[in-house]
Amino acid sequence: MLADRAARPPARKDAASDRPDAKIFHHSFAADALSVRSALRSALARFMRQMTRDEAGTLELVLAEVLNNIVEHGYGDSGHGTITLSMVRDRRGLSCSISDDGIELPTECLLQSDTVQEMRPQPDHLPEGGFGWFLIRDLAEDLGYHRGNGRNLLAFRLPLKPL
Amino acid sequence: MNLYAESVEGVLLVRVSEERLDAAIAIRFKDRMREVTAQPAARVVLDMSQVDFLDSSGLGAVVAVMKSLAPGRKLELAGLTPNVEKVFRLTRMDSVFRIHADISDVTREGIRNAG
Repeated sequence: MLADRAARPPARKDAASDRPDAKIFHHSFAADALSVRSALRSALARFMRQMTRDEAGTLELVLAEVLNNIVEHGYGDSGHGTITLSMVRDRRGLSCSISDDGIELPTECLLQSDTVQEMRPQPDHLPEGGFGWFLIRDLAEDLGYHRGNGRNLLAFRLPLKPL
Repeated sequence: MNLYAESVEGVLLVRVSEERLDAAIAIRFKDRMREVTAQPAARVVLDMSQVDFLDSSGLGAVVAVMKSLAPGRKLELAGLTPNVEKVFRLTRMDSVFRIHADISDVTREGIRNAG
C-alpha cells in the first residue's frame, strides 16, 4: 500500500495547465479483477492528456489483457498475489513493464510465428476465449519477457504520436 | 450488473447500462443475460451504446450469450462505441454478428415489418 500511495498524483488544487505532463507511473496492487480496473483507471488518468482517445483505448485494452491474464492464469487458483505496473513516457510513446510472482508464462504466448498465427481464434467457430495474447501481440511493440527468481517481468512499448 | 430489457414489436432490446464489459463483470453479464433472454422473442438485440470499454473476457461473454440463444435465435448488436468496435474488428468477431449502428435502426425496422 505504500507504493500505492506514493504513486498517486498530488492533490489537484493547481490548474491543469500548471502541471508538467506526467512522465512516470508506478503502481502495485492486488491481483484481482476489481483492483485491475482501478489500476487501469489510474494509469489512463496519468497519461490521458498526452494521448488521443484511440491511443488511450488501445493502451487500456493491452494493459487489461496483460493484467487479467496474470490474475486468471499467473496466480489462478491461488487467489491472491501482487502485480506491479510501471510506465514511462518518452518521446515516441509509452514503455510499460509488468511484474508478478505467479507461474511462468507459457512460451507460446510470445511467439509471432506462422504456426501461432494459425492458432488465432476463428470467428466462425464462435470462440469464447483465446483472444487476449493475439490482441496484445497485435497492438504492442517490442514485447519481451524475462523470468528470474520466481518473478515474471513482461515489457512492451506502445507507440504514441510524438510529443 | 445493470441490464434493462424491453420488448418492442417482437424484438427484445437489452441495454447494457455499464461503462465496462470486462473480466470483472463477464460472468455476471452472462448470468443476467440468461435470465433476461428467458422470455420469448424472435430477435434479441444488445444495445452497447453505453459501454466504453470491452476486453477479451467481455467479448467472450457476448459470444457465449449468442451461443446460448442458438439455434432458435440470434444475438444482434447495436451502438458499438469506437473502442468496443475496435475489439470486434481486431478479433474479426464483427463478421459473426449483425451489427446495427444505432438501436433506433432496429426499432424503425421492427415497426416497418409490423407494417
